[in-house]
Amino acid sequence: MTTHSDEHYYVPHGSHWPAVGSLGLLFLMVGVSSWLNGAGAGFYIMLTGLAIIIFMVTGWFGAVIGESQGGLYNAQVDASFRQGMFWFIFSEVMFFAAFFGALFYARNMAIPWLGGESNNFFTNLLLWEGFESTWPTNGPGNIGGDYEVMPPLGLPLINTALLLTSSITVTIAHHALIAGRRTQLSIFLAATFLLGFVFVYLQGVEYVHAYQDLNLTLSSGIYGSTFFMLTGFHGMHVTIGAIMLTIIFFRVIKGHFTPDKHFAFEAVAWYWHFVDVVWIGLYVFVYWM
Amino acid sequence: MTATTVDTHAADHDDHDHGPTKGIGRWLFSTNHKDIGTMYLVFSLLMFFIGGSMAMVIRSELAIPGLQFVHPEFFNSMTTMHALIMVFGAVMPAFVGLANWMIPLMIGAPDMALPRMNNWSFWILPIAFGILLSTLFMPGGAPAGGWTMYPPLILQTGDAFPFLIFSVHLMGLSSIMGAINVIVTIINMRAPDMTLLKMPMFVWTWLITAYLLIAVMPVLAGAVTMLLTDQFFGTSFFLAAGGGDPVMFQHIFWFFGHPEVYIMILPAFGVVSEIIPTFARKKLFGHDSMVYAASCIAFLSFIVWAHHMFTVGMPLTGQLFFMFATMLIAVPTGVKIFNWVATMWRGSMTFETPMLFSLAFVFLFTIGGFSGLMLAIQPADVQYHDTYFVVAHFHYVLVPGSVFAIMAGAYYWLPKWTGHMYNETLGKLHFWMSTIFVNLTFFPQHFLGLAGMPRRIPDYSVQFADFNLVSSVGAIGFGLSQLIFVAVLLTAKKGAKATDRVWEGSHGLEWTVPSPAPWHTFTTPPKARIANESFE
Repeated sequence: MTTHSDEHYYVPHGSHWPAVGSLGLLFLMVGVSSWLNGAGAGFYIMLTGLAIIIFMVTGWFGAVIGESQGGLYNAQVDASFRQGMFWFIFSEVMFFAAFFGALFYARNMAIPWLGGESNNFFTNLLLWEGFESTWPTNGPGNIGGDYEVMPPLGLPLINTALLLTSSITVTIAHHALIAGRRTQLSIFLAATFLLGFVFVYLQGVEYVHAYQDLNLTLSSGIYGSTFFMLTGFHGMHVTIGAIMLTIIFFRVIKGHFTPDKHFAFEAVAWYWHFVDVVWIGLYVFVYWM
Repeated sequence: MTATTVDTHAADHDDHDHGPTKGIGRWLFSTNHKDIGTMYLVFSLLMFFIGGSMAMVIRSELAIPGLQFVHPEFFNSMTTMHALIMVFGAVMPAFVGLANWMIPLMIGAPDMALPRMNNWSFWILPIAFGILLSTLFMPGGAPAGGWTMYPPLILQTGDAFPFLIFSVHLMGLSSIMGAINVIVTIINMRAPDMTLLKMPMFVWTWLITAYLLIAVMPVLAGAVTMLLTDQFFGTSFFLAAGGGDPVMFQHIFWFFGHPEVYIMILPAFGVVSEIIPTFARKKLFGHDSMVYAASCIAFLSFIVWAHHMFTVGMPLTGQLFFMFATMLIAVPTGVKIFNWVATMWRGSMTFETPMLFSLAFVFLFTIGGFSGLMLAIQPADVQYHDTYFVVAHFHYVLVPGSVFAIMAGAYYWLPKWTGHMYNETLGKLHFWMSTIFVNLTFFPQHFLGLAGMPRRIPDYSVQFADFNLVSSVGAIGFGLSQLIFVAVLLTAKKGAKATDRVWEGSHGLEWTVPSPAPWHTFTTPPKARIANESFE
């Protein structure tokens, strides 16, 4: 076991950060909701909530980093953080699973049924006569108007290469950290988050292209819905991951992390591999097949 | 912390170990598993009464045929809000509260593994339910499309719609963080010689529950996010004209929803598995088989979701698969029921309030289980679907099931929490009133459903009048009986001082610490063997 009787598990005394976080969530959620309902003030309430949450995240992680540098965490605390991060990533996987599930259900069930497959001959004949099941589609109602499909080659392929490369660079950085090669660590870590930000930028370029040139929008039926929701949530996660990598980079510059104690680095690296794996799923099922 | 108590297992209290701070800060900024557990339990009780009042509105309206008290729209709001509040606000937080209080004590941990996150997962709940309850006063009223939020109906909600979606997001966030904390605590913080299969049953069932929570709460978040974007951002997830399908929502929702059912009952199994051995003065029969049965139930819960949608249109193969998979769940559940009965077999039993609630649980939950088997049969379900038979079924598993187990757990551990015995006479009165009235409320609903009375409708045909009146009388009686529990809590510190063991047959580490449990326990890991051998 990791515990020795002379070694206490670190239980922090009261912290105000969770309460600040709850306040931020209150403002954020009430703000977004009233904004969606058409109340102009909602937007500013939302921004206030967002600011409180950023303040909370900064303060909370700041406190944890301080405690970590102060040597308050023993191996057992470290294990708690590791397991916590693992299960957090698993919950994220399940969130994406819901949207992948929607994609597969639409492609394999809903659309073929609208086209009359299985026992749905009359659904097709009476409701959507003439609709033939294809993929991609914006449905029998041609929702969102005519559009062009986003081709898998070009930008998406470049983005795949960028993200896969960044997974390799972060691994090289990790090995450098373990071996104590700090310069190599900094260079490859910097390369990783730069690749991440370039990915996000190119994703933005792709979105502009889709909206302006292809008339492919969030409203382009089920294809547009799944395309933008999946790539959008993924892009959001890449952005968060790249910001986290940047923070880890500055911590490296400040001299944090040792070859045998660097949980935060590893947690962010895991997260980065997770967005990478999600992207591979996206590339295969959204762009390619 | 009481000055007279000596914590033998954490004798080396050092200078950083101090008592709670004064004032609101103790609760708002708490990182103490016992304080957070208390907050969860109090919050849950509050929600139980708010959700209960809504049930009273429903049953008053249904007492006699015709419309008497409320508008149909408001009636629909009541059924929707009652369900959301009871599921996410009363039952789930109550079990998280019990987990917070008891798991660290049962496994010999100094606290939950991630104490600050523990605080956050609680303090999100008042925000979430504040937002949800505020929808009652919004233009268009509170959500009225049912707690299952099926589109396209739910998209007709007024201003409440985005508030509903985001409050569900917050509840999910809270549950996920709570579940991560439970898993990490159990896996990482056990006393050194407490191996997995030596863990108490309550800890085991919560471990499995926590896995379920992490797997399905994000899926619910995804489903309601799709509702939100369909409503406000022009997506077509649930719009057939765009190639989507409203039925797809039901699939995604119930992929969450069915494991959710077990999230609400597995910890109840755990509580009952702690209590019955204590008052039968025997070891739990088949501890390991209980673990495997709970794991089987958890696994099966992922592959049975479409039995909630048998009438919605599904290929025949799908209907057959979901029917047989559902009936399979009766096997591991049966293992548990028989193990409880076998635990009591030739035990020297006494019938204090926790035991009474547990016995009623075993008996009445089984009734709910059997009506569940009837509903699992697809050809029969076509008749039962959306009738009061379904209402009777899930209230039997949730009220004399989950709620009775929570009550049993509360009575069982109350002396450990307060340091005093509760008033046994009041407890027994609470039990008997609850048990009589819960059956009076829900048993006639079986007959109503089989006779064809639909659920979620404020009026009904006159032939249903008699049983509805019986049911309403029962419901008002059940609601009032719960005030006895409040009386028990208010007098909880007036009783005799509790010993450390509290119950003659008690077993496990939580009974080795003083009553009331000191603010900090197990700052150094205890020897689990001492507790585990108490029966040998």
